[in-house]
Amino acid sequence: MTYVSIEGIAKRFKQPGGGVQTVFENIHFGVAKGEFVCLIGHSGCGKTTILNILAGLDTADDGVLLVGDKEVAGPSLDRAVIFQGHALMPWMSAIENIAFAVSSRWPDWDRAKVRAHCQKYIDLVGLTGAERKRPAMLSGGMKQRVGIARALSIEPKMLLMDEPFSALDALTRGTLQEEVLRLCAATQQTVFMITHDVDEAILLADRIVLMTNGPQAKIAEIVVNTLPRSRTRHDIHKHPHYYAIRNHIVDFLVERSRGFASAIPAGYDPRRPPETSPGTLRAAS
Amino acid sequence: MFASVRAKSALLSILLLALFLGGWQIAATPTAGTGPALDPEYAALLGASAQQGKQTPMPTPVDVGLRIAKHLEAPFADRGTNDKGIGIQLAYSLARVLLGFGLAALVAIPLGFLIGMSPLVYGALNPFIQVLRPISPLAWMPLALYTIKDSAISSIFVIFICSIWPMLTNTAFGVAHVRKEWLNVARTLEVNPLRTAWRVILPAAAPTIVTGMRISIGIAWLVIVAAEMLVGGTGIGYFVWNEWNNLSIANIITAILVIGVVGMLLDHMLGFATKLVTYQE
Repeated sequence: MTYVSIEGIAKRFKQPGGGVQTVFENIHFGVAKGEFVCLIGHSGCGKTTILNILAGLDTADDGVLLVGDKEVAGPSLDRAVIFQGHALMPWMSAIENIAFAVSSRWPDWDRAKVRAHCQKYIDLVGLTGAERKRPAMLSGGMKQRVGIARALSIEPKMLLMDEPFSALDALTRGTLQEEVLRLCAATQQTVFMITHDVDEAILLADRIVLMTNGPQAKIAEIVVNTLPRSRTRHDIHKHPHYYAIRNHIVDFLVERSRGFASAIPAGYDPRRPPETSPGTLRAAS
Repeated sequence: MFASVRAKSALLSILLLALFLGGWQIAATPTAGTGPALDPEYAALLGASAQQGKQTPMPTPVDVGLRIAKHLEAPFADRGTNDKGIGIQLAYSLARVLLGFGLAALVAIPLGFLIGMSPLVYGALNPFIQVLRPISPLAWMPLALYTIKDSAISSIFVIFICSIWPMLTNTAFGVAHVRKEWLNVARTLEVNPLRTAWRVILPAAAPTIVTGMRISIGIAWLVIVAAEMLVGGTGIGYFVWNEWNNLSIANIITAILVIGVVGMLLDHMLGFATKLVTYQE
């Protein structure tokens, strides 16, 4: 069942010399309940704008955002955001940052209840013992863990992640990716994530939305990840579908993302971007 | 290494002070000389120093030290309108500064918030601020005296008007430059505007706001001396002018020192407050 769907959204900017620059238009896709969807594309195609529209932080110049069949505008506690630069308040300790979110979600909770709830999520992301530390005292990975705990603590219906691991070193990134995989599986979380890392997308996502280069970016196709959900970072590349999917996406990013607009395939309908399963295709041939 | 640099600079400070005091002592020590003889009756009228045919002598550091000690003996003694202890005068000045500064903070910080948050209000008020800010606070004094008709309140008004601008502009700047990310966090959490202002914008802008307050109190302390010289009656500024009329240079130097020390203490207090609200990113 589709939880959130985007119908025909567009973003345009007035150019200084007059005229209008279209970043993207006619974007259609949905995210089902419990599904993990990644959006992948080059810089400048408007990925973050799409996420901000989903979060309610930005508005589309055309089209609508439907949540459970209702049109919505503006931010909501139902859709939590994990920001690229963690966005923790530096004057609050780790637990205070989370408590700020928790007491916004449940304003009538007393102090003890808020505290206990925060502690649960601190423990969940493995930060036990660092509750009282200010963000400046935490490493990049730990900061992002606080950001994840803050987003999860409000028990949102959907999680929106804007390249959450891009500022981290490779080791930390790997560990955090696995934790996110574990947390989302455990809570049946609906997730929409932006990335430009192909392996990250294959590890985490059920479906991967491929976006062409801007301006006038489009959704070229949606790749279905046919790897079993029990995948881990260590054995993912051993699965027979892995390289087929990976090569397909890399090919897209290197070649087709650029030339897509000038050579639109016959029968392409932006309202229903084609779904492909490169994994099973390769296996079948 | 660090400690030794500190120790060395302290030593150098003491040395410089000793040099300065020594030089002053030598320069100010009266040389025995015979001035032009005066008519004894006229000399009796002018006082002892004139009798010797000399100017009022520049006091030596020792004279000033003795005078300071004397002031510290009874700083709050009140011996009539023109002979109040230096502590009382200082208390008057501090009370005026704190009252004017406090009122200015009450106006400037909320107004700065409004200007910082609303480009419309910023655009509307900016021309007025631009014109009013460079006006010397003492230029307001005649207008204040004319409209308020009370010299004590007028000097508080002058302090108010001079301390308002740094706080206003700093608050507006701090509020307008709160990181967009933090505001977005508050928006996605559906935090109401009042709570956002209190929990996000105020702590984020606090270092800038307190810096503005620090600049303001410094200016207020500079201006109060001049304002009190003008309006008279009480206060450390009046004390300085009164002692000039008395030709008591030792008292003037004492007052100058006291003004400096109090100004430094005020600055340190707000410096400490800045440390409390500063956050590390």
